[in-house]
Amino acid sequence: MTETPSPPRTSSTGGTAVAPARRIKMPRIGGAPYCMPDPMVALTNNEIMKHMPAGSRVLDLGCGDGRLLEILRDAHGCRVQGVEVDERGIIACVSRGVPVIHGDLDRGLPEFPNDSFDYAVVSQTLQQVKFPKRVLEEILRVAHRALVVVPNFGYWKGRLQHLLGGRAPVTQSLPYEWYNTPNLHFMSMLDFRALVQQLDIRIVKELPIIKGRAVDRAWAANLRAESALYVLERPETRPNHS
Amino acid sequence: MSVKSRQVQVRGESETGIRPAKTADVAGPTPAGDRNLGWSQTRRIARIMAAMSTELIEESPPDVGARSVGIVRTQFATLFAPPSPLVLANSRNLGPITVAYETYGQLSPQRDNAIFVCHALTGDAHAAGYRSKEDITARKAGWWDGFIGPGKGLDTDKYFVICANVLGGCQGTTGPSSICPETGQPWGRDFPVITVEDMVAVHAELVRSLGIERLLAVVGGSLGGMQVLEWAVRFPDQLASAVVLASSARLSTQGIGFDNVGRAAIMSDPNYNNGDYYGAAGPRNGLALARMVAHITYLSEASIENKFGRRLQDASTFTFDLIKEIEFQFESYLHYQGRRFVDRFDANSYIYLTKAMDFFDLEKTYGSLNAAFTRAQARFLVVSYDSDWLYPTPQSKEIVQSLVSTGKHVSYIEFHSAKGHDAFLIELEQLEALVRPFLERTLAEVRVETPA
Repeated sequence: MTETPSPPRTSSTGGTAVAPARRIKMPRIGGAPYCMPDPMVALTNNEIMKHMPAGSRVLDLGCGDGRLLEILRDAHGCRVQGVEVDERGIIACVSRGVPVIHGDLDRGLPEFPNDSFDYAVVSQTLQQVKFPKRVLEEILRVAHRALVVVPNFGYWKGRLQHLLGGRAPVTQSLPYEWYNTPNLHFMSMLDFRALVQQLDIRIVKELPIIKGRAVDRAWAANLRAESALYVLERPETRPNHS
Repeated sequence: MSVKSRQVQVRGESETGIRPAKTADVAGPTPAGDRNLGWSQTRRIARIMAAMSTELIEESPPDVGARSVGIVRTQFATLFAPPSPLVLANSRNLGPITVAYETYGQLSPQRDNAIFVCHALTGDAHAAGYRSKEDITARKAGWWDGFIGPGKGLDTDKYFVICANVLGGCQGTTGPSSICPETGQPWGRDFPVITVEDMVAVHAELVRSLGIERLLAVVGGSLGGMQVLEWAVRFPDQLASAVVLASSARLSTQGIGFDNVGRAAIMSDPNYNNGDYYGAAGPRNGLALARMVAHITYLSEASIENKFGRRLQDASTFTFDLIKEIEFQFESYLHYQGRRFVDRFDANSYIYLTKAMDFFDLEKTYGSLNAAFTRAQARFLVVSYDSDWLYPTPQSKEIVQSLVSTGKHVSYIEFHSAKGHDAFLIELEQLEALVRPFLERTLAEVRVETPA
């Protein structure tokens, strides 16, 4: 599953300036057309898969072309559902046999009843929605646990660029200019942790992704990690709102 | 180049005045001679008229090349013959029932590549191809010819496509204009009230009679989509997938309102005669009016503006004449639609079928939408169009929500289109891009489940 490069995941918020979208040709079963590799996505997909118990019910929000869900279904026996805003992504999902629903995360997840999934996956998407707090709450309404991958804007290169160059940060993992970035929110790991605590969500795991590797523990993670993977859980005791 | 652009062109015909309705008597008095025609003659003429007509011909560009299914023949099956009539949803018995149907493509040896197409309110069995060489010359193709054929959305090189006229219709399948075996006269209003359930029961039986145990897909838009939903719930093991286009689990109240106006127009026509008009002129005015009202609901405000705007039909200024029915181009178009419809459709059928559409309500029938969909086994593809106000997006989302809640395999997309409810008949490029991989994937999985 690692030899095939993953395509860029598209935003679930209608961001138009996402990384070059894969051209969807006539879909073939058992193999997708070649597309540019995106090591970050391949990495995070692998990390996500490592943390996904086999047979889980998985909802991928901003599922792109459905590649992650296809693997989770075929290799991990998961029952999967995608949500995607981009039409080409939806067609690619359909050709993989991955069920997908056209949706905008900022409008909530009204299609999904409470606790209808074991895991929700939100990879590189939360910083792109208009209302991350509301989306996070909504995610943990429909799923008991969430795997969230967010960029870390506390990464030292970004800080340095800002400090010395006086310019908005552009890094390898955030290759956008300020005017075309789909990223609406610039949060660091510390910021994200603060929000999660405020929402009374339990952090089961926090894995900083440093030099393309997710690590269990790292010194000065907020400075050194380009992004981070969180396993979040809704506390059992908390009454499920809505 | 694209299907779409050709369609725009073809659709535009009416705006360039291809057949401008200059007369105000769109559904006006029938030629006096008609009254003197015998019943059998009228029937024959009606049949010829029906054969000549096709749904939405100007929207569906004829394709006589390699991508056409070519000349097709409507076939007839007799089902539910005594002693085993169909028990209708309202408990009345009906039989025998004649069903008009067409097929395109080849059934595979495993009989696993059959797709059933459910037509909408006024469609018929003639979904693709041409009925005669004359039809090719006249470019009169089936109502979904742009979507059914070699290499098209429903690819007849791969699939065996079946389309049949619905129960209660007037294009070959038993309906109110058929002869009642007991009286030897047309049924008229004595025809039993039918429902979407009954239509599906008849089609399901037709499929069985063709020796097909399980369909690869049932596909339909609008009233056709309602049949797809009913099919998936009622006969869950008879279909591997369900494609529901611009449809709903129950018609909106607004839709019921428009249907009511249509029926009222027919019934208030003095020639309606309580439905007993066969062999006479019939409620031509009323039926044309019903179609005109309905046709507006199939379009969108934007598409009407784009296509017609406020352009005048044959003058540059208003005539300020109250009696003149057609001043604007759009009026001419509507009258043309109404007039053309009358030639191919039976008023009683229109009443029965719109009633069936109004009655359809999965929630009411099964207790709740979830209770209905729990029974389904098919994988679903649900499509809505953002400019459709007759079967608007929230109604499709309601279906999707329930399918998700009941743990079904469902994909949903809302397409952007300016074409309103008609989009599923016209905007075929985007639909093809979605439906083709869906069917390919479904067929591959069906073959994995049951290797040949």
